[in-house]
Amino acid sequence: MEARSQSASPTRRVILLAAAGVGVGLASLAPPVSATSAAMEEAIRALVGEATINRGKVRLELPPIVENGNTVPLTVSVESPMTEADHVASIHIFNQKNPQPYVAAFHLGPRAGKAAVSTRIRLADSQQVVAIARLGDGSFWSDSADVIVTLAACAEG
Amino acid sequence: MARVLINLPARAKRGEVIEIKTLIAHPMETGYRVGPIGTAIPRDIINRFVCTYNGAEVFRAELFPAIAANPFIAFFTVATESGEIAFSWTDDHGETQTEVRQITVE
Repeated sequence: MEARSQSASPTRRVILLAAAGVGVGLASLAPPVSATSAAMEEAIRALVGEATINRGKVRLELPPIVENGNTVPLTVSVESPMTEADHVASIHIFNQKNPQPYVAAFHLGPRAGKAAVSTRIRLADSQQVVAIARLGDGSFWSDSADVIVTLAACAEG
Repeated sequence: MARVLINLPARAKRGEVIEIKTLIAHPMETGYRVGPIGTAIPRDIINRFVCTYNGAEVFRAELFPAIAANPFIAFFTVATESGEIAFSWTDDHGETQTEVRQITVE
């Protein structure tokens, strides 16, 4: 009796393991669920290269708590006189946990008059959002904001 | 043709910094959602927005799937001269929609 029950349980275990294996296989076929912090770092490095990123000058405004991640208002402004000699060339937005780390890139110039951009974004989870501004002289400045999302984007409903 | 909302002052003083707000009706399908029969819904987003002032580019944006549906973009520019401000949105299929607004600078 003892031997029989032992011989029965491995088979069941094998079947369960096989079923689990199929599940894992299917999961790996699905698109990546979220970009990790490392993906964000990589995307930022691809933009910045070896240059150092200074904190300051940039102001990223996002609501601290968001009910609906499908549309989150975002404003980025940069302290700059916006002259030919000293202006913001571009503003880049990154996020930590969406499927892709890049959110948007805005290219402006001295003709903008004021370095401020507003848009609405999607957030798949509570996470950190980073804004990086590239100035005309090639320096990079950044700001970040943490957002708590109660209803994530990408969820149906 | 998608519906477009553009808000900018009709008149401005020379050298004044004006705010321009734009919105275009578009689902901005991310490509990460799954349809009712379990297949992925293909990506379809507006990936490029350009604003030109009398032919000279003053603002350009590259958009990714993390931009919310019906993309809203607000930015600033200096009113330099009377003329046309043109806005164009390009989607993943390469189709571009362009809208033109007049501005009088005095």
